[in-house]
Amino acid sequence: MTLSKILKNTLLVLTACLVLSACATKKEIATDIEGSMQGDVYTGTDTVKYLAEGVPDRVFFATNESILTTASRETLRAQAAWLRKNSGINVVLEGHADERGTREYNLALGERRANAAKDYLMTYGISSDRITVLSYGKERPVDSGSNPLSWSKNRRSVTVKAN
Amino acid sequence: MIKKIITLFLILIPINSHALIEVDITRGNLDPLPLAVSPLSIDEKSRKSFQKVLKKENIGEEISTIVENNLSTSGLFNPLNKEAFLQAPDIANLKPRFEDWNLIKAQALITGKVNFVDDKLRVEFRLWDVLAAKEMMALAFTTVPTNWRRVGHIISDKVYERLTGEKGYFDTRIIYVAEEGPKTQRIKKLAIMDQDGFNNKFLTLGNELVLTPRFNPTSQMVTYLSYFKNLPRVYLLDIETGTQEVVGDFPGMTFAPRFSPDGKKIIMSFAKDGKSDIYTMDLENRIVERITNHPSIDTSPSYSPDGKYITFNSDRSGYQQIYIMKSDGSDVKRISFGNGLYGTPVWSPRGDLIAFTKLHKGKFYIGVMRTDGKGERLLTENYYQEAPSWSPNGRVLIFYRETKTNDKGEGFTAKLWSIDLTGYNERKIKTPTDASDPSWSSLLSN
Repeated sequence: MTLSKILKNTLLVLTACLVLSACATKKEIATDIEGSMQGDVYTGTDTVKYLAEGVPDRVFFATNESILTTASRETLRAQAAWLRKNSGINVVLEGHADERGTREYNLALGERRANAAKDYLMTYGISSDRITVLSYGKERPVDSGSNPLSWSKNRRSVTVKAN
Repeated sequence: MIKKIITLFLILIPINSHALIEVDITRGNLDPLPLAVSPLSIDEKSRKSFQKVLKKENIGEEISTIVENNLSTSGLFNPLNKEAFLQAPDIANLKPRFEDWNLIKAQALITGKVNFVDDKLRVEFRLWDVLAAKEMMALAFTTVPTNWRRVGHIISDKVYERLTGEKGYFDTRIIYVAEEGPKTQRIKKLAIMDQDGFNNKFLTLGNELVLTPRFNPTSQMVTYLSYFKNLPRVYLLDIETGTQEVVGDFPGMTFAPRFSPDGKKIIMSFAKDGKSDIYTMDLENRIVERITNHPSIDTSPSYSPDGKYITFNSDRSGYQQIYIMKSDGSDVKRISFGNGLYGTPVWSPRGDLIAFTKLHKGKFYIGVMRTDGKGERLLTENYYQEAPSWSPNGRVLIFYRETKTNDKGEGFTAKLWSIDLTGYNERKIKTPTDASDPSWSSLLSN
């Protein structure tokens, strides 16, 4: 539908072709992993769930950052559109950090990330009354790995239906 | 309760002998002092009485084992093998034959006696300087029998103090977070135990996430963060009564709590609209005061022992660094300027140092620096470790360490560790489950 979706599908097809055409050597697997991160922001879809069709539930962040990437803003615009359509639904924005930071700072960082998402939703017309922010710091990782890819999946803000 | 039960009688005033032995605490444990802990002697009637009450075969031996373990764990003493002892415990306590103890290279000797008197536990002990052939100290305690472990810790503290010139840290407890379950769904409970890992008790059930418990100065109250009803708030827990109450019920998240040195206030972070600032709450009149006001993250506050200053963690420079300010929030100064990120500053009970966690090039360090930020010393390096807490005498730091998982995300553990301020004597502390966020109590008997 959207350009990005077409691009994503093309990418998927391309990846599939690569895997099929060549023997899956270690080198290619490495490329594949790198392909799901840009800088150190996760760009894959492994852990993503959907609030509705085409409305991903989460956005990802760079290490120590709470800046929204272009992809994150697109996700949040989709969420805002969905929230405008479903005006009875309230949400909790759950902010998370990876395991490579001190516990207390990470609690604050998770809150800052979830707030970045909240501010963006509000810019697109969602009332702050409908949004609650909740930080888990590094307490609830989705991926228990100790490597850059796992950490990138854990640096996230997840939009969860509250009712 | 704990404080009141134990009654301490001095029967003999410590004799002012010019001791030849002295342990230099500042040097590390390169040459621990060889010492003999003779089992506390016990008459047959007392032994049987205690066996009935405490289900321990020989309480005299049990107490001396506690002393031995404590002194050995400190890294400053080397308790000698009991099999080499020539003198029987009861005779040694009356008059040690110093030549015998000299022969096995003991420089100090601890002897003593246990009695069952009027349903109470009566312990006397003596510390002897073997080379000078003199008694250095003699003390006696009477308490309820169930306090027997504490008696062992108090004897350890007295010996430590007499030989090093500084207060001990053995009659203390650790509050921490007990952890279980997979990394993605950790179950966390508040737990408390004696400093040596005994008498472990869980204080919460694990129904909600709890983090960062810290003692008040009398070690009877604990402040911590709980996610009760999914609202992260600062709570207060009375250990004796089990009463819990919210103290940080602000419209947002309150976290990173600690007591002021007089125990009257709780200092904590309050996060709202993407920024975290430091606040205090007076526990008596519930007056809330804002201490910092900055668009950055300000967290992990810790008072100086005199209550005049606060050290805290802020990313106002762009990255996590350590700052100090006056307790009213004025005069903010950054003090960490080394390479890397700095977090979790904690002021030492002696007032001269700040312990911290440092992240540099993918490694985590526990270190100390002076309060002006100079003299940084890194004590230990690991994959992940943080949250140092000081022993009440300011000589040892306890912290937690997490392991790296394998390719499948397995093998995660979290454990408590301690290390001397000297950087020597790193030790894993035994806990029944995984553990994190330790906080060291004050000395329970002063």
